[in-house]
Amino acid sequence: MRGDRTVPVLAVASAALLALAPAAPQWLVFLLALALSKGLVVLGLVLLMRTGLVSFGQGLYFGLGAYSAALLANRAGLADAGLMIVAGTACAAAVAGVLGLLLARYREIFFAMLSLAFSMILYGGLVKSSALGSTDGFNLHAKEFGGMALAAGLERRVFYAGSVVAVFVTGLIVHRYLSSHWGRLSAAIRDNELRVEYLGASVYRVVYVNYVAAGALAGMGGAFAALAVGHVDPETAYWTTSGEFVFIAILGGTGSVLAPFLSTAIFEAVRTIANQYAPNVWQMTLGIAMLAIIMFLPRGLWSLVARGRRSA
Amino acid sequence: MSSILAILFDGVVYSSWLFMMAAGLTLIYGVMRILNIAHGSLYALGAYAAATIAGAWLAAGYAPVGSYAMLALAAVLVGVVVGPLVERGLLRRMYGQDEVVLLLVTYAAFLMLEDAIKLVWGVESKLLTEPYSLPGNFHIGALAYPRYNLVLITVAIVTGLALAWALYRTRQGKLLLAVIHDREISAAMGINVTRVYLVTFTLGSMLAGLGGALTAPTIAVSPGIGVEVIVLSFAVVVVGGLGSLGGAALGALLVGVVRSFAVRYWPEAELFTIYGVMALVLIARPKGLFSAPEARKI
Amino acid sequence: MTRLLLAVLVALSGVSAPTVAAAQQPIKIGIVTFLSGPAAGPFGVPARNAAELMAETLNAGTVPAPYATKGLGGNPIELIIIDEAGGPQKQVAEFRNLAQRVDLIVGYISSGDCLAIAPVAEELKKLTVLFDCGTPRIFEDASYKYVFRTGPHATMDNTSAALYVLERNPNVKSIAGINQNYAWGQDSWVDFEAAMKALKPGIEVKTSQMTKLFAGQFGAEISTLLSSGADVVHSSFWGGDLEGLVLQGAPRGLFKNHLVVLSAGEPAINRLGAKIPDGTIIGARGPFGPFAPDTALSRWFRGVFQERYAVAPNYASYKMAQGILGVKTAYEKAKAGAASPNQDQIIAAFEKLSFEGPGGMVHMSLGKGHQAVMDVAVGTARTVGGELRIVDVKRYPADRVNPPEGVKSEAWIKSGFKK
Repeated sequence: MRGDRTVPVLAVASAALLALAPAAPQWLVFLLALALSKGLVVLGLVLLMRTGLVSFGQGLYFGLGAYSAALLANRAGLADAGLMIVAGTACAAAVAGVLGLLLARYREIFFAMLSLAFSMILYGGLVKSSALGSTDGFNLHAKEFGGMALAAGLERRVFYAGSVVAVFVTGLIVHRYLSSHWGRLSAAIRDNELRVEYLGASVYRVVYVNYVAAGALAGMGGAFAALAVGHVDPETAYWTTSGEFVFIAILGGTGSVLAPFLSTAIFEAVRTIANQYAPNVWQMTLGIAMLAIIMFLPRGLWSLVARGRRSA
Repeated sequence: MSSILAILFDGVVYSSWLFMMAAGLTLIYGVMRILNIAHGSLYALGAYAAATIAGAWLAAGYAPVGSYAMLALAAVLVGVVVGPLVERGLLRRMYGQDEVVLLLVTYAAFLMLEDAIKLVWGVESKLLTEPYSLPGNFHIGALAYPRYNLVLITVAIVTGLALAWALYRTRQGKLLLAVIHDREISAAMGINVTRVYLVTFTLGSMLAGLGGALTAPTIAVSPGIGVEVIVLSFAVVVVGGLGSLGGAALGALLVGVVRSFAVRYWPEAELFTIYGVMALVLIARPKGLFSAPEARKI
Repeated sequence: MTRLLLAVLVALSGVSAPTVAAAQQPIKIGIVTFLSGPAAGPFGVPARNAAELMAETLNAGTVPAPYATKGLGGNPIELIIIDEAGGPQKQVAEFRNLAQRVDLIVGYISSGDCLAIAPVAEELKKLTVLFDCGTPRIFEDASYKYVFRTGPHATMDNTSAALYVLERNPNVKSIAGINQNYAWGQDSWVDFEAAMKALKPGIEVKTSQMTKLFAGQFGAEISTLLSSGADVVHSSFWGGDLEGLVLQGAPRGLFKNHLVVLSAGEPAINRLGAKIPDGTIIGARGPFGPFAPDTALSRWFRGVFQERYAVAPNYASYKMAQGILGVKTAYEKAKAGAASPNQDQIIAAFEKLSFEGPGGMVHMSLGKGHQAVMDVAVGTARTVGGELRIVDVKRYPADRVNPPEGVKSEAWIKSGFKK
């Protein structure tokens, strides 16, 4: 990790993003807020992918985070955005803590499909619950953030600033974790589990920790997304949402904790440009863009940055 | 009694449909290690091609019986035209990359095919009802069923048996099994893996096309029919055990019959059946019902 | 990375160019409707076609009175159309971008999208006209200044269906349902079941089938309905699912052995024609299509639409045309007071407005003047000489099938439609 400049880059990028909060146009603030929220989910996926696991069910935690945050505000009357984010993260982490006991034994597609099955069971439950609006979902309103009342019209900017801070902190923690002893075991597990076991480390425990962390990150992302959008619906737990996270993760590559956020921002931007300016063929445009990235940057978008840095 | 029989029959019809999709998917995964998301688009293409070709046949006033041959023709066309196009044009450039990267490639192909279908056929549904109503009805107890359902079941069984025979009794099939078991050794032993891939993907596409073509007369062929198919057939394949034809058959049967009983006796749970079955099977048997023992690589 | 980010920003900045309509300046209307996916065929594209037709004919000044003035009070209309597919999260993002590019927005078919969009429209202070989505929750659970809905909400679809069924078949003893397992299907069934129970206490519910959205195949469900022995089968199916239900159910006697009510069946008329069995009860979610009144505007709309697209307009087309005509009426009413009306003046003119659409009179009388009500009609399918007709049409006045202002639909139905 000689010459690793992840931390300074993370700090500069976060400061720049924070500077945008008061001044940028509302659509950009929203686009970035959504990209950062989803980026948190993708960061969790990258953590899992380091151990060679791909989850097609992160929608479970994304949806749980969004719904528990929204329900806290609308049903329990605790409409503090800070509390909502903590609740969303904790709720997702708790469920991941239970399901992880089971899922940490699974590998490859069986891991992917079992996690998908769990997310679809949550989806089914949400669709069935007409008290929560079924597929229509419901709107949520946060009234304060960390005890301070939110000024009308500025809520989205405050939530966005909150997500920048969250991204900075989690990015830092995950980066530290990945360069720690445990974090490096992840890559070893992906290469060869048996060898890791022979060396005396517990594969199960590493996978379990990564899984719970990924769940917590997805829950936090879900809560931030719910705040940014102002609405929750079961689509957050649907398999296509989970699939999208996987594709964004692959597009970005697993090279750095910064990659997920760059990748999500580009994915969201391409999609919205395609839909605004090529509404009849936006799917095809998105497909071609994805193929182009895979063809020319087989190690993900991040390799563009990494390469640029090497040549500089 | 006859009501149980009817429920079983409904289940088996659904299973036949599931099996057709799952067989192609499991074959492609077994041989090429690709989870083909574009499988759903190939299914939709089969349905659209069938509606167009068989529709033209009927509109020209030829013998209605011939429309069944047109359904088969549509499936073959999807297999031999689109299959190689996707394999040669896209996948071939990507072999050797991570499984997840290939997954992403098939997702991109899926996105492009969805819009391509829309550009060719528009968003209006296509209807092809004659092949469905032509053979008339039969009865189980008091319930009327179109005989076309028997066509579906027969084709699924024949396809399954033919595939099993081709895999286990012919030289080409055995080569395929060798590749499924170990790709590197097979290549080292002189098997032309590139050709095997092309044949497999074409065959798998044809199966997806066949599923779509045979379903076309029973549904309104419209945008989005391919999306739901993907995750359903993934689930069936995983329940059965990846790369196993018998597993795909058993998985399809299990999901289809459980769903049919749920619809009759516990309709609130219908939404959960497929994922419930998948979760329970995987919890009991982590690698699906039929899973080949894997060599541990140290 | 900064360079990349910059590139993205530059690409996106084309999005932000807010325009203020001066005299003769084009007025930009954002149109949001399904251009892809299962809802595009039955609703999205017929609605887009109606929007393009209305923009063109209004700009040319060829629409009959009272809409003969060109464009919106002389200003030409310019449409910017985007796809509604992708779910509420994505639609909120698209709405925020679109709001920068247009003066007002007419759109949204999905109720989930409408619910999510309404508060964002309020936040951005952007006049937004919902033209189709059904859920009564939008103005029953909240109130908005910038949001209007020119289409009637979904309560009357099923209250009118229940009235029609019982008026014609007073001896009905049992009902069953087959609806899509999502909010619209669930709500439709809840409304129909509650209406039937309120109008005929003691009616028996045999089974309620909830099918996965876009499942397409209903073999097991049709078997269950056939064995249920219910007198009436209710379905709010639409699109491919509706067509599949008719294609699979008809040969098995579903429509012969039961009185089938298709509460949103009208768009299928264009698709299936005589394949819809005789005796099927059809609703159009308002006085649209075959239920449209015989007015000059209605005849004109049907004629030009048919001529241009070689197919008759369905209810989604009528509702889109109605939305645009509502905007025109409000704009021109506001312009009578101010030469170049601002958004607040247009909104003030829009509230409690009454105007004529191709489906008849529209009254913005619920939701503090933001939610439309209309009369509704229900009829029965009958094939005469190989052509499908809708016969035995019964019209219900708006206040017979809709709750009064301030009362929630669900409670109103349970109360037995109390005035």
